[in-house]
Amino acid sequence: MDVFSSAVTLLLDWQVLLALLVGSIGGVIIGAIPGVGAAVAIAILLPATFALPPLVGLVMLLGIYGSSMYGGALPAVLINTPGTAVNALTTYDGYPMTQKGEARRAVALAYSASFFGGVFSILCLMLLAPLLAKIAPHFGSREIFLAALLGIILVVLAHRGQIFAAGMLAAFGIFLQTVGLEPITYSRQFTFGQTWLTSGVDLIVVVLGLFALSQAFLLLTQPDERPKLTSIEGSMLSGLKELWLYKRVATVSSSFGVLMGMIPGVGEFTAQFMSYTYAQKTSKTPELFGKGAPEGLIASEAANNAVPAAAMIPLLALGIPGEALTAMMLSVFYVHDVIPGPQLFQNDMPFVMALYLALLVLNIIVLVFLMFSTNRLTKMIELPTRLIGVTILLLGFVGVYSLRNSITDCAIAAGFGVFGVVLKRLNLPIVPIILGMVLGGIMETKLRSAMPRVKNPLDMIERPIAMVIFAMILLVIALHIRTLIKEARNPPQDVDSDIHPTQGGSQ
Amino acid sequence: MTRLKGLQELFKRYRRPGDIVFAWAFLAFSLFLLSQLGSQAPWKSGGKTFTQPAFWPTVSIALMAFFAALHLISSALSPRINGRWTEVWDWVRSVEYAGWFMAYVYTVPQLGYLATSMIFGVLLAARAGYRDPKILMSMAAMGATIVVLFKSFLQVKIPGGAIYEMLPTTLRSFMLTYF
Repeated sequence: MDVFSSAVTLLLDWQVLLALLVGSIGGVIIGAIPGVGAAVAIAILLPATFALPPLVGLVMLLGIYGSSMYGGALPAVLINTPGTAVNALTTYDGYPMTQKGEARRAVALAYSASFFGGVFSILCLMLLAPLLAKIAPHFGSREIFLAALLGIILVVLAHRGQIFAAGMLAAFGIFLQTVGLEPITYSRQFTFGQTWLTSGVDLIVVVLGLFALSQAFLLLTQPDERPKLTSIEGSMLSGLKELWLYKRVATVSSSFGVLMGMIPGVGEFTAQFMSYTYAQKTSKTPELFGKGAPEGLIASEAANNAVPAAAMIPLLALGIPGEALTAMMLSVFYVHDVIPGPQLFQNDMPFVMALYLALLVLNIIVLVFLMFSTNRLTKMIELPTRLIGVTILLLGFVGVYSLRNSITDCAIAAGFGVFGVVLKRLNLPIVPIILGMVLGGIMETKLRSAMPRVKNPLDMIERPIAMVIFAMILLVIALHIRTLIKEARNPPQDVDSDIHPTQGGSQ
Repeated sequence: MTRLKGLQELFKRYRRPGDIVFAWAFLAFSLFLLSQLGSQAPWKSGGKTFTQPAFWPTVSIALMAFFAALHLISSALSPRINGRWTEVWDWVRSVEYAGWFMAYVYTVPQLGYLATSMIFGVLLAARAGYRDPKILMSMAAMGATIVVLFKSFLQVKIPGGAIYEMLPTTLRSFMLTYF
């Protein structure tokens, strides 16, 4: 109870509350504009939050992260274009409902399912927190190394159909973080005699290039789009009542979201895939899926909104980010010398609890905001995409240049911006590069610090948690090989596709 | 035959035109890095393998080359999709906007953040095909809003422009602090 009251005190600071309000409402607006997304916004705002106290900065970024998917559901339902990449599955049933004249019902259900998923996951995590505080201290260097390795393997294998590309891009990310002055022997690696490469390639510069600038370049080179929308009449509260009829699907989908969010490298897409499949298999009307089934819409939105809170678990308890957005947030911790990991969970529980409470409050703020402003929000969707591109380009400059006033950083970010355009146009994933950089750094440090205690390879897995994680690595690889063999025996039909759901483009 | 077909099916997925160009380029880049391992990340004599500074560059580049080769094979085994060079031209077109971005970066220390953001907001909107004065004015306002939000309000570190030196002392310090 002490922890809870301390957390409430932390949260009641006016700066934190303002950051929460700005982050959550800003996140909904950003999510609703197709082509922007939470990653672009977080990348741009990241350096600006370094000057703020850690909780204020993190709450603002969390606000954007947790609320963007609410906004992203709106264009997914109304114009068949997901506002953020994780709303892609929402289009399957949301848009057919709009075509049938049920736009208000679809939007209300999407909001209600998102709210349910968000609140459900936070309550689960609050209940889990004491247990995690007990387990986290048992994670030493070996366990964290193995968990990061599992994260890298999972992020590669999660990109079904693009495993080779995801593998080479994750390896590229690991390589990028090795460039520059090596901290142990002070030798220069892959600098090619260039002084500007000595300080290495900064994660934030890469993130801004790959997410923000590439999106600006992409929008500016593509034909202008300006969708026209009709307004939505009626109350949004009816969605909460209707959601009650589908409480089983909502609960199971949220549970998938929590579970998948906690595992590094997996995230929203796998959670959505599993919950959608579950909803369809257990539905009385499976034939309606893809044609406007409310359960399909609920499965998608409840699962994706349950992930952000869960994704904070590996970040806070182990210092391991599971996806690109938490990887960006990790840098906020480092800048303020707050090292996430077992110590944080053990010694500063009110800080962790305050973050969870902030997530809970943001879900309420967002729901109330959407009840009254959905029609105004549809105007944001109508913004011309090229003008959005200009705005992102101008904002991208703030992000990169304010970091250390370096023109070299800007040039590197512009280079990664062009590289990001190529990846996005080819539907290749960006997230493995970012996770490769972050998890690669963690693996390098943790393996080095684990070495003095490792006399033979088996010492790596002598402790129970290390052994369990190692068994999980073997299991994940074995399951993947099994799937490959199955697919080889029964090849899937029509395997070429223009759209891959795991495209990291607008995430 | 069925098994071979199955494996081929597994190899060809989610492709877009230009995939093979990217596959070749990435493999060439990986092989170049591989060839530079000896000079850019030399293996030190003595010491454990895992604590060698060159360990992670070696592992990552080897993995890059391995996966890039498989990615290239998967592209080569799949039927060609037309429009390869049109797609590559679209990639090249984005370089123009990288140039705009760098021009913006170089101009800020000269003209100051406020003026540069407003000018580039208008110029880029014009480049994007907009001629309506209302839209151009709104983009200038957008540039000013960004400056007010980030520089005046959030106080991000962006130095003042050289042009500010020509202003009277009081106005100069105001402009340097807020714009």
